[in-house]
Amino acid sequence: MFTRGATRNGDVVFQRLLAGAAALVLLIIGAMAIALTVAAWPAIEKFGLRFIVTSSWNPVSGRFGALPFVYGTLVSSAIALFLAVPLGLSVAVFLAELAPGWLRVPVGFLVELLAAIPSVVYGLWGIFVLIPWVRVSVTPPLQAALGFLPFFQGPPLGLGMLTAGLILAIMVVPFIVAVSTEVMRAVPQAQREAALSLGATQWETTRTAVMPYARSGIMGAIFLALARALGETMAVTMVIGNVPQIKASLLAPAYTISAVIANEFAEATENLYLAALMLIGLVLFVVTLAVNIGARLLVSRVAGGPALMRE
Amino acid sequence: MISAGRAYRRRKITNAIMSAAAALCTLVVLLPLFVILLFLIRQGAGSLNREFFTHLPGAAGEPGGGMANAIVGSLVLIGLAASIGVPIGVLGGVFLSEYPSSRFGHVVRLMADVMNGMPSIVMGLFAYTVLVLPLRHFSALAGGVALGVMLIPTVMRTTEEIVRLIPQSIREASLALGIPQWRTMARIVLPTAAAGIVTGVMVGLARIAGETAPLLFTAFGNRFWNWDLLQPIAALPLQVFAYAIAPFDDWHRQAWAGALVLVAMVLLINIAARYFTARQVRLR
Repeated sequence: MFTRGATRNGDVVFQRLLAGAAALVLLIIGAMAIALTVAAWPAIEKFGLRFIVTSSWNPVSGRFGALPFVYGTLVSSAIALFLAVPLGLSVAVFLAELAPGWLRVPVGFLVELLAAIPSVVYGLWGIFVLIPWVRVSVTPPLQAALGFLPFFQGPPLGLGMLTAGLILAIMVVPFIVAVSTEVMRAVPQAQREAALSLGATQWETTRTAVMPYARSGIMGAIFLALARALGETMAVTMVIGNVPQIKASLLAPAYTISAVIANEFAEATENLYLAALMLIGLVLFVVTLAVNIGARLLVSRVAGGPALMRE
Repeated sequence: MISAGRAYRRRKITNAIMSAAAALCTLVVLLPLFVILLFLIRQGAGSLNREFFTHLPGAAGEPGGGMANAIVGSLVLIGLAASIGVPIGVLGGVFLSEYPSSRFGHVVRLMADVMNGMPSIVMGLFAYTVLVLPLRHFSALAGGVALGVMLIPTVMRTTEEIVRLIPQSIREASLALGIPQWRTMARIVLPTAAAGIVTGVMVGLARIAGETAPLLFTAFGNRFWNWDLLQPIAALPLQVFAYAIAPFDDWHRQAWAGALVLVAMVLLINIAARYFTARQVRLR
């Protein structure tokens, strides 16, 4: 051993410092789980699992059921994915397979900017531009064509589930694009050349050689977007109408988990009320934790190596 | 031969249609970006005057007033967040790049990515339980902690990637001179990586600067100046939110102006970061 003691000590201290900082990530996530559970405990004790399947939300009488919020969160996210997945995958195919080199960087950057716009700005735009547009230009033709379905009945308010889904779609599309583009680029070139050499067109190559190879990564991208949609708060709060109800119509106002926390938390003074909001936050934490872990594992199966999207 | 030719033509046409559809979808996805920027400039630029940057908010419903305290409040919150998120993020990122394949490293990397995708409002709840409840009131400190926690994974993953780009030979040269590992890292590797790390930190700061949800019940907002970190403080995104849902036209006008300031800042930092990273890569 030629190293002097001081040097070795320095290295040991340094290593521990680095490892400690890294470990903080795990500690914080653990602390979150514990802190939220403790804060939600009175509600867990009182309502148990019934909390997520009952639908009365009455702070005055102390009855809390989260079903309308869970429903609103799931349906608005489903609408968002329904719109964002096909669009996002098309953009990814365009960026990874079709676009000429000089176009890829600027277009990719513009899509990234879409993810950089703050949520509250989307909400502001939603209130003053998107809601009137949906009321005047989207709802009437939609009702004329599909008005017989229960999903498109009721007065055209502009705000509501559909508008929330629309704005969420715009907000999560960049995540689908970024991750899918990256996993498609990670597909070995030989895979494409094999298909091309058999005479496949570019589209056939993408469909038969690239997509199947990237499938689990694309699933991961969709999961990642789902986690974003489930937890997105400000923009949704500003356009969904904030009425805790379960209506078949997508044109009716609704409410989501994150929106009820955002709106009611600061004024929740009673213990049980606060605990109920904490519990609903804990539900959101657990669900997004699971979806995110699933997403990362799926993506790393294709791309491996460093993570893909850090926005 | 003729039938083969027809099948071929059909396949060519399918190919052309699908390519055109993909290009069209790209336009559709980018359209909202341009529409939003257009509205921000049209509605917000007119209200960006000196009063907006130098005055406190006016009384409810009365025209006039500005967002000076909110802009300063946002800067205070960002400063607090950076003082928490940057050191932890950089040290953790160096760890991930220096010990890339340890099992512990894999778990940390996964959880940092997971933390990145965590809803920001959950960060707010966390800061509320650990700071607002014990201290019994909303505070700038709680807001700064909520944002700082959000910053950690971004900084960590950027640092990891940048430090990994530093050629191994530089490290080896230093180690061969008998310089201990920690000094090699602190005096040689980190300074080499500094520009990249700073860029990553700036992008991370731009992102948290626009966050509203984690501040709602931590920093809470304030209509006046506040320099006490244990008291509620104003923030630009909070002010934009409050004004957007208020029933006054003049406040809507100011909300657009505030949003324009936020977006301009976020876009400028992102574009600058893009430019600097591109230049660094070219230099290397």
